[in-house]
Amino acid sequence: MKHLLSIGDLDRAQLEELLDHADRFAEVLTRSVPKVPALRGKTVVLAFFEDSTRTRSSFDVAARRLSADVVNFAAGASSLSKGESLRDTVETIHAMGIDAMVVRHRSSGAPHRISEWIDASIVNAGDGWHQHPTQALLDSFVLRRRLGSLEGRHIAIVGDIAHSRVARSNIEAFTALGAQVTLVGPTTLLPPTVSPWNVGVAHDLDGVIGDLDAIYLLRIQNERLAEPLIPSNREYRDRFGLTAARARRLRADAVICHPGPMNLGVEIDREVTANDDRVAVLDQVAAGVPVRMAVLFNVVGHGRFDEPASSGDRAPSTEDTGTGNASAEDAGTEVLT
Amino acid sequence: MTTIVLRGGQLLDQTGRRSGDVLIDHESGRILEVGPGLTGDRTLDASGCVITPGFVDLHVHLREPGDEVAETILSGSRCAARGGYTAVVAMPNTDPCMDSASVINEVLALGASALCEIRPAAAITIGREGRALAPMAELAALGVRIFTDDGTGLQDDRLMRRALEYAGSIPTDDGTPIVLAQHCEVATLSDGGVMHEGEWSAKLGLGGQPAEAEELMVMRDIALARLTGTRVHFQHLSTAGSVAMVRAAKAGGLPVTAEATPHHVALTDASCAGFDPVFKVHPPLRTDADVEAVRAGLSDGTIDAVATDHAPHPSDAKERPFDQAPPGMLGLETALAVVLADVGLSIDDALPLFSWQPAAIAGLADRHGRPIAPGEPANLAVFDPEHTWTVSGAESSSNSTNTPFEGRTLTGRVRHTIHAGEPVVIDFEATR
Repeated sequence: MKHLLSIGDLDRAQLEELLDHADRFAEVLTRSVPKVPALRGKTVVLAFFEDSTRTRSSFDVAARRLSADVVNFAAGASSLSKGESLRDTVETIHAMGIDAMVVRHRSSGAPHRISEWIDASIVNAGDGWHQHPTQALLDSFVLRRRLGSLEGRHIAIVGDIAHSRVARSNIEAFTALGAQVTLVGPTTLLPPTVSPWNVGVAHDLDGVIGDLDAIYLLRIQNERLAEPLIPSNREYRDRFGLTAARARRLRADAVICHPGPMNLGVEIDREVTANDDRVAVLDQVAAGVPVRMAVLFNVVGHGRFDEPASSGDRAPSTEDTGTGNASAEDAGTEVLT
Repeated sequence: MTTIVLRGGQLLDQTGRRSGDVLIDHESGRILEVGPGLTGDRTLDASGCVITPGFVDLHVHLREPGDEVAETILSGSRCAARGGYTAVVAMPNTDPCMDSASVINEVLALGASALCEIRPAAAITIGREGRALAPMAELAALGVRIFTDDGTGLQDDRLMRRALEYAGSIPTDDGTPIVLAQHCEVATLSDGGVMHEGEWSAKLGLGGQPAEAEELMVMRDIALARLTGTRVHFQHLSTAGSVAMVRAAKAGGLPVTAEATPHHVALTDASCAGFDPVFKVHPPLRTDADVEAVRAGLSDGTIDAVATDHAPHPSDAKERPFDQAPPGMLGLETALAVVLADVGLSIDDALPLFSWQPAAIAGLADRHGRPIAPGEPANLAVFDPEHTWTVSGAESSSNSTNTPFEGRTLTGRVRHTIHAGEPVVIDFEATR
């Protein structure tokens, strides 16, 4: 695949293959030298036009673990503040000779436009309200590990779905992997229609919570109070917050997810995050690097573990490079040893 | 005296279809003779073509004064002429705004050398700010007949009422009525909406404008037309609900008219799937059901005119993320072919929508949309219904290239256009 712009561009087989690759890279990360030469010689630019320390660092680490050269583009310090257009900015970066651009932007569709303007692989790290594909992949990765499979599982996504790129990507990923998805929230925080997706809608969390295999909590932003879309955080917590009482009605084997950062006392109570083993938030964070390695491997590299060397370069090897013995030239050699 | 003969075509006007040549006097700008076997000093081949009265566009953005990079009165008039238009109504959201005699006079002066007649519209309110009335009587004396705050709707109900009452009481020297035209959009409902609110905006994660943002203002202005008796013209109707309300209002005898754009009968919100802002427009592209309703409205007399809302934007303005790009698309050169193809009307049935009906609304019926007969002003289009061509923004006469029909192959194109006796388009190209 040349780009990763939207989960909806991937079919179930491609999603599962990315998750399988992430499993392999998770193993690589446990080695003494957690690095592979798969993207050696490739240049990956992290073009974050919207702030994000977490996602950007995660991509940065992932790219370096694959031996790519990483360039960090700081939007605030760039010529954008001098009025340079987005197109001019990305064309200038591209002219320096890059293979891939990881883009985060506050406007939905910005990565799509960029993919029309420059000939490089584009990975969407979050565009407006639209998509956050690698978040959905890491969430699916965690749920798959904890639940075994998403097939037939009932997952609720709770909160401000209307304005959430995480929600849109997760809806597509979870349903593609066979899960039954219910969107939970007040009508003001739901999209104008849910007809693009095969999902259910509930306005009463208590009515569904006992049936869930996983509950995915979205963050409430203060802008929603300003519009106003909800009367107060207090009322939101009352109706939709994962309080300790609600957590008790959630099944013992269910998984609790949140993309972070959490508003404690709004979408989830501190009591739950502190004591409940079902909370998978740290697993989600940890999953970011292997999942992003898998994405970069497939988008920037050729994504095949069993391929021999191409054009004289070393084959993408996930061998422990600490030994210094990469069996790169042998055609058809199993690359994972 | 230079005469031009349009030879070998069929004539089509209010009286119907017939064969014949048209002999035109360049100096007086009038038709000299109509009939078979005519000759003149210069011949324009019209074989296989339909000769019609030139078209009138009630809604174009010529961008001058203020945004001449996007378009000028001259370049816009070239687009108009190539589209078969012999008159266009220039929208007042220029910089400075067309809300004063000096700016109206500037537009009239620039229009004097254009390839079609430029009929300025003026703003209803000063600066289009929706607060104070523009000097409507002074501007009507300069020939303005259509007043609109287009680009935005006039939000204040009381002010819209007073504007209608005041405008309705202005006598005009030629007896043609003053019309208030409305861009129906309730700002509190459309705020933050960059496309139609519906299935596609939900999927794409873009803010949407619900149909009701347009329909509530249509409803209000129908009520105010009833209250005041002043003519209201609804611009670019885009929803099924709007069309239905106008149909009922007309059936009730109210003084309302309406227009629709080619893009609202050709394209839906699905076009936004690739986030290309060439498809961003206000009112937005809507659903299949809305497109069907607008087509039906054009076919059954509910909608009086096709008006392009030709809105040029320089390419760097449209090469931005969707929410940051300005709304609007080109339309003058592709209008007729798109409407014929997508509404499924014959040229005979479509012609009133392009020609004498908008001419009447614009107060131009004395010189545009006329029957093709000796003594009439020579404002004519010669249309080749078989000519196929591929739309290209680069090939457009506009200073801009933002056509939503890029790459589409169309059948039918205006071959020659005569404006006030002057051939301004010959063999599909502007003459100057």
